[in-house]
Amino acid sequence: MYQTVYRRASSVDEAVALFSKSSEAKFLAGGQTLLPVMKQRLASPSDVIDLGKIKELQGVELSGDVLTIKAGTTYFDIMQNADVKKAIPAIAYLTSVLGDPAVRYRGTIGGSIANNDPAADFPAALLALGATVKTNKRSITADDFFQGLFTTALEDGELITAVSFPVPAKAGYEKMRHPASRFALTGVFVAQTKSGEVRVAATGASQSGVMRVPAIETALKANWSPSAIDSVSISASNLLADIHGTAEYRANLIKVMAQRAVAAAR
Amino acid sequence: MSTVKLTVNGKAVAVDVEDRTLLVQLLRDHLNLTGTHVGCDTSQCGACVVHMDGKAVKSCTMLAGQADGASITTIEGIAKGDELHPMQAAFRDNHGLQCGYCTPGMIMSAIDIVHRYGGQLDEATVRHELEGNICRCTGYHNIVKAVLDAAGRMKVSQAAE
Repeated sequence: MYQTVYRRASSVDEAVALFSKSSEAKFLAGGQTLLPVMKQRLASPSDVIDLGKIKELQGVELSGDVLTIKAGTTYFDIMQNADVKKAIPAIAYLTSVLGDPAVRYRGTIGGSIANNDPAADFPAALLALGATVKTNKRSITADDFFQGLFTTALEDGELITAVSFPVPAKAGYEKMRHPASRFALTGVFVAQTKSGEVRVAATGASQSGVMRVPAIETALKANWSPSAIDSVSISASNLLADIHGTAEYRANLIKVMAQRAVAAAR
Repeated sequence: MSTVKLTVNGKAVAVDVEDRTLLVQLLRDHLNLTGTHVGCDTSQCGACVVHMDGKAVKSCTMLAGQADGASITTIEGIAKGDELHPMQAAFRDNHGLQCGYCTPGMIMSAIDIVHRYGGQLDEATVRHELEGNICRCTGYHNIVKAVLDAAGRMKVSQAAE
């Protein structure tokens, strides 16, 4: 790891102020992605600003039909949270199959979406549920927030403070886990909103990161059942291909994972 | 350089380290607690697992500064004098290791698993929960047996306390 300066913030305002005083700072949440990347010398921030002790970034609130998860809440705390399990059990499930137990103790929802890894799980949940990302400056819809591989709408020094999810009528998530990295080889999150809209998002599949799957949305809108997806055809163009799976394999996985997600949806 | 103050195996310590120092480096290089291993250095293998405030974390994927003020327990801190921790004893009795490189991390993760699940552990749960710890020798069979054995012993020893 290259030399860096470690700073700890005790509030969002202090974190943002520390960031603006540094030349090339990075916010450090759970560090389960940033630190490995720094160790590989693929990132060399002048300063890392630790958000881990900021109380206002911790916790979950359920208010009416909106579930709000503060950005610094760890996967472990999300997975265990009674409001999450009650309001959107698919999020509790997604979190339980993310990484491994030690990663879940440290990693945070804010860190996951700020990084926007093309195979991360949470971006699919945000996009399918039509979530809103709250920052220290504004609110950004999930549709606008994710802008391609490792790219988001966040401006330099803008800090995610929370994510708000409208509670759906039903939602489900399933993924094919890469056996070593536990990332999604392809994962699909399906959601039916309380107004009857259907949104489906796939992660780990597209060359441009998390994406909606309109063909499956149309099929499920007409008939919310796994068999409704049988006749859908997913094009392999623009899908990821690597040693773990071809684009055609991932196109098929989108269908299969969507079917499993619908079957599991509650 | 910064001074990191933390409690390690019950002892308060203050260590001057470079800001880029990882927790595992502080433990191994500064405190000479070399029981905690570095296997992959990419957050996958779990050989570096220690407990921070009671939770099993990968010490190669934390800066030392992030552990400031925390209480850390390493593999050196779990036996009571000459009496092995029930998890250590179960690994020995069930031959839950061959080369032993992954064992400190396995044991620290396994203790965390038993704490989280109490008496509700079965083989499938242990295998699933150990996914963040990689062993290249044993095929895991005896490790899983050891964890299940220890879960019983830890229940008994808690009841006795």
